[in-house]
Amino acid sequence: METITSSKGISRRELLKRCMVVGAGLAVGTGFVAGSTAAWAMETKHISPKQMATLIRMARDVYPHNHIPDEFYARAMKGYDSDDSKASVAEGVMSLDKLAQEKGYADYLSASWEDDRVEMLKSIEDSSFFQTVRGNLITGLYNQKEVWPLFGYEGESYSKGGYMNRGYNDINWV
Amino acid sequence: MAAKFDLNDDGVVVVIGSGAGGGVLSNELAQKGVKVVCLEAGGRHLPQDYQNDEWASFGQISWLDARTTSGDWRVSKDFSGLPSWIVKAVGGSTTHWAGASLRFQEHEFKVKTVYGDVAGANLMDWPIGLSEMEPWYAKAEKNLGVTRTNGIPGLPGNNNYKVFEAGAKKLGYKNVHTGRMAINSEPRDGRTNCQQAGFCFQGCKFGAKWSSAYSDIPKGEATGNLEVRTHAQVLKIEHDAKGKVTGVIYADKDGNQQMQKARIVAVAGNSIESPRLLLNSASSMFPDGLANSSGQVGKNYMRHMTASMYAVFPKPVRFWRGTTMAGIVTDESIHDPSRGFVGGYELETLALGVPFMAAFLDPGAWGRSFTAAMDMYENMAGLWIVGEDMPQETNAITLNKDVKDQYGLPAPNVHFSDHPNDIAMRNHAWGQAKKLYDSVGATRTYPTPPYPSTHNLGTNRMSAKPRDGVVNRWGQTHDINNLFVSDGSQFTTGAAENPTLTIVALAMRQADYIAKEMAARTI
Repeated sequence: METITSSKGISRRELLKRCMVVGAGLAVGTGFVAGSTAAWAMETKHISPKQMATLIRMARDVYPHNHIPDEFYARAMKGYDSDDSKASVAEGVMSLDKLAQEKGYADYLSASWEDDRVEMLKSIEDSSFFQTVRGNLITGLYNQKEVWPLFGYEGESYSKGGYMNRGYNDINWV
Repeated sequence: MAAKFDLNDDGVVVVIGSGAGGGVLSNELAQKGVKVVCLEAGGRHLPQDYQNDEWASFGQISWLDARTTSGDWRVSKDFSGLPSWIVKAVGGSTTHWAGASLRFQEHEFKVKTVYGDVAGANLMDWPIGLSEMEPWYAKAEKNLGVTRTNGIPGLPGNNNYKVFEAGAKKLGYKNVHTGRMAINSEPRDGRTNCQQAGFCFQGCKFGAKWSSAYSDIPKGEATGNLEVRTHAQVLKIEHDAKGKVTGVIYADKDGNQQMQKARIVAVAGNSIESPRLLLNSASSMFPDGLANSSGQVGKNYMRHMTASMYAVFPKPVRFWRGTTMAGIVTDESIHDPSRGFVGGYELETLALGVPFMAAFLDPGAWGRSFTAAMDMYENMAGLWIVGEDMPQETNAITLNKDVKDQYGLPAPNVHFSDHPNDIAMRNHAWGQAKKLYDSVGATRTYPTPPYPSTHNLGTNRMSAKPRDGVVNRWGQTHDINNLFVSDGSQFTTGAAENPTLTIVALAMRQADYIAKEMAARTI
């Protein structure tokens, strides 16, 4: 995923100077969204960095795994930075921001309690925007090979000769 | 070496499909010296091509042609364009199957007699019984190398099985073991033994699991009597003025239509495509479709009463390691109406990888309840429930004239709603499965709904009388004596057992019949 970059080429301090933190874990700058520790950054071309940050936050709220870093949610949402998606993303993010404002927040990203955000998502869960984002996450998030080890899943086994000699029956607590 | 037959050769038997029905029938006929052209809609994928990757494999081998769904089954809501999870490739769904190879029980061939009238169910006795099938089951078990038959040892149990077995025993079940599996527990028939790789559903890369793709088909080709044409999707069966079938029209790999003449046509395209092909072959002589004087083509669609139970434990299970279907409890497959339903079910271990678990655990779900389950993936055990479902005339494959496939033909619509007996049985099974896992310390259990259908059955049912069904006791259509059905769509009723062994046994028996009738020149 080439536009997700580790910040090795640029100092974290330098990157963070160019952006503002928009909510726990996320920061946006001109033309990019980044992890707030600047461990990763992703350019956006068709949608605004703030819209992408909102999508990433929404993705985590839909499938919240506390042990999975934002980077993996960002990868799952990268496809929405496209000419085809920009109108529906704008509309969807606007609807989330409007719901946040009804609860007294400036926007979805600054709604600080997960329960509040989940309530907003519940109210739009039948919309095509929500269902598209949710449905795509099933493969976009859980089919990332890099995510699998975070669930303990070992992926392909053929090249290692299966599990015949690698613990297919190794539990002893039963 | 593989044969090559002319399109105008009207002496061949055309077999449509190369899976458990068509692949076995093709080989058996070829062994008897009968010339066979087997038309396979998919490509030839072999163990070296299979992928230990759930979605990549799904995209590689699944039948993904246009289909629609209706009825109150949840698959219609969650996977509206994907009613079934079957394979389009040489070997058909024997690529994907788990390998469970169980004989039907005596009473399951005569459910109308044993169960009596069940409101809303189109029950009927098979025109054949267990005693007639026993030699064919024996032959099928030998061909497939089924464990716990023919002196073949059972497979060793994996982690998922250890949890399952301990729970089953605590619950008092008597019949729990690592199954009768068409997976080599020791090298046999030129194939290695199970390496406990997991990924049985993605095609066995070690070739330890029996599949017609690399077992029966190459044996048939070696006789010089069998030609398998890949990427050859049959669109229509043709007939003459006397009402005999004369051949088939198929689309070749370039999309060009070809006509292959035939002396006999055998349809084995799985229980959605087989009736669809008969319906799409309607003519002025047969306006309701071929072999459909009974009106039963496409009706009585069965998919087995299925469900799953996943359970989370305090300690890791790592259930994806090893044979996917690693064990069975058969205690519940009896007919005991005191449980509140007729017929019975099997409990069989099952595991999914993270990608498929996310898709199938609770389709459409989101939020912390769902992710709490996924977070405990490493500590999950799981089982699949498979039981007899009630044939209902309203559950049917019909032609959807509003949706066309890539060849411009009406797509099949798959309509299914559970019968109250199916629901009662599923609830009972979920209850037992929960008790099973609770007894070994599960902290959470997840009653998972049915997946897209893998056991598609019954849509060209076998009947003694022509007015009651589509085919006779040999799978020969009542209406057209040189047209046969050779897959699970022949099933009069579904029984509790995984269907493949019975499909294979019926195909072997049918090959014997066809060869004899051809020799006697009655066909």
